[in-house]
Amino acid sequence: MDLVFEGIWKAFCLLVTFDPEVMQITLLSLQVSGAATLVSLIIGISTGTMVALTQFPGRRFVVSLINTGMGLPPVVVGLFVTIFLWRNGPLGFLGVLYTPTAMIIAQAIIATPIVMGITLAAIQALPKNLRLQILSLGATRFQMVWILVKEARLPLLAGVMAGFGGVISEVGASIMVGGNIKGYSRVLTTATVMETSRGNFDIAIALGVILLLLAYFINLVLTHIQQRERPR
Amino acid sequence: MNSSRFILEGKDLRVYKGGSLVLDIPALRIGEGEVLSLIGPNGAGKTTLLQTLACLIKLSQGEFFFKGEKVSSNHEVFDYRRKLAMVFQEPLLFDTTVFENIASGLRIRGMDRSETEKRVSENLERFGIAPLKGRSARKISGGEAQRVALARALATRPEILLLDEPFASLDPPSRESLIEDLERILRETGTTTIFATHDRMEALRLSDRVAVINGGKILQIGSPAEVMNQPLDEFVASFVGVETILAGRVIKADRGSFVASILGQEVEAVGEVPVGESVVLCIRPENVTLIFSSQKHSSSARNVFPGKIVKIIPIGLYYKVQLDCGFPLVAYVTAHSLENLSLAEGQEVVASFKATAIHVIRKTRKTQ
Repeated sequence: MDLVFEGIWKAFCLLVTFDPEVMQITLLSLQVSGAATLVSLIIGISTGTMVALTQFPGRRFVVSLINTGMGLPPVVVGLFVTIFLWRNGPLGFLGVLYTPTAMIIAQAIIATPIVMGITLAAIQALPKNLRLQILSLGATRFQMVWILVKEARLPLLAGVMAGFGGVISEVGASIMVGGNIKGYSRVLTTATVMETSRGNFDIAIALGVILLLLAYFINLVLTHIQQRERPR
Repeated sequence: MNSSRFILEGKDLRVYKGGSLVLDIPALRIGEGEVLSLIGPNGAGKTTLLQTLACLIKLSQGEFFFKGEKVSSNHEVFDYRRKLAMVFQEPLLFDTTVFENIASGLRIRGMDRSETEKRVSENLERFGIAPLKGRSARKISGGEAQRVALARALATRPEILLLDEPFASLDPPSRESLIEDLERILRETGTTTIFATHDRMEALRLSDRVAVINGGKILQIGSPAEVMNQPLDEFVASFVGVETILAGRVIKADRGSFVASILGQEVEAVGEVPVGESVVLCIRPENVTLIFSSQKHSSSARNVFPGKIVKIIPIGLYYKVQLDCGFPLVAYVTAHSLENLSLAEGQEVVASFKATAIHVIRKTRKTQ
């Protein structure tokens, strides 16, 4: 038990003294996952809206693919991103394997289906005639889509949070494509894994606490949105 | 006839949905400033017609013209849509304030700030919802929401207003006050309006012309009085509130009047119909008078039939009395006369109605 208390105490010290290494790792985590979420929003919201609003053959299949993608195992994503970015791989010429860019790519691949799936559900949950109402107000197709996305903004925000929450706590893909290089591609999760295996529980606990705080903050915002009164 | 007199003119409008014909209107002309109501049961094609005219549904066949110009459903369709506005059964308000909702059509058009504000306030006043201006559209009542939806539509100053059962889901008091306001606003603005409803009383109140629709076809179009009093067929008759519809054959014909045999009874009606022709007689329940069998009838009615009361059904202010006079007949009586005559089920009474109160549908004409 001493180990735990000692660890917690040291973690507390690291946190209140703003230990430069811990801060750097936290910042990189936020940067990588933030960028990945941004990319997933751009792709996920546009594609999700398009699939929600159009009818085409094989649509059901596409929707089932998106829903499956929402639970994509990060390790599998890491594996395929590694293969693609490998020196001799199809995208090896980019030379981005073991860089934060590779981590952003892998995390974006994990987050995109989550954002897409939530967007799809949110747009489909809007009243059926709302589209017609917007068009009959004289909207162009682009204006119509924009207004629909605005109407679905609350569930979409939940999508943003779910996407970000999914990637910031993900470890498998990040360690595989980022390589956990100190001061360069080391993020909260990969550092926690490494410090734990080394027996540096104090640092590992400090990192864990930061992750937990981030997760708590995300859920706080989500709960606030969900519990907001929305009659009808 | 000069076609530019019509704001909207449709030719051979046809829409197929899933292989079946859901709209089939050979000709439709709507005059500038006219209020036309479309009445018919659910699924009759009213919504399809409105959405077709708003270019929300593609025509399978035919074409229509706005002020003499062909409306193309392919490009720049929103240019045409910006000349009209549509209100649905659900208010379909946006998740923002009442003010922003009413302004939304104007924002879509990129209208400047001061004009937007002017038009929004104008419509807030018109619909009596100015105090709600800053409220969230999610936190107002159903009646208020439908007022906002109408204000949003009228703020764009549409040349044609399309209303798809806008009162159908409102409670009676909100509906009543909204119809009253809309009636006044339409008169003030002179907006051409096409109004779908399944409530014939709403239609009669608001419109210059009424079109009865069923199965995607316009069965009859004309002034409210025309459609109410001279329905073209049994469906229209029953839909506009004719309770007694009797099929029979002409057995005697005189100048200007004839006698038809209805289940062995002789009913006299007005019209030039030759002997042997099949007819349908429509009698509105308010035109049937009931008296006691013992009373001497002094009315000028030529059709007097003793009968028995089968059933008495209360319908709001009236009672609907179903009679068996050898043929089924329905009369409306007030609560007052029900009491005075102490009418009861099973009782013998005498029913009378004037020959001129019968609307005659000639069946032979239709088969030609």
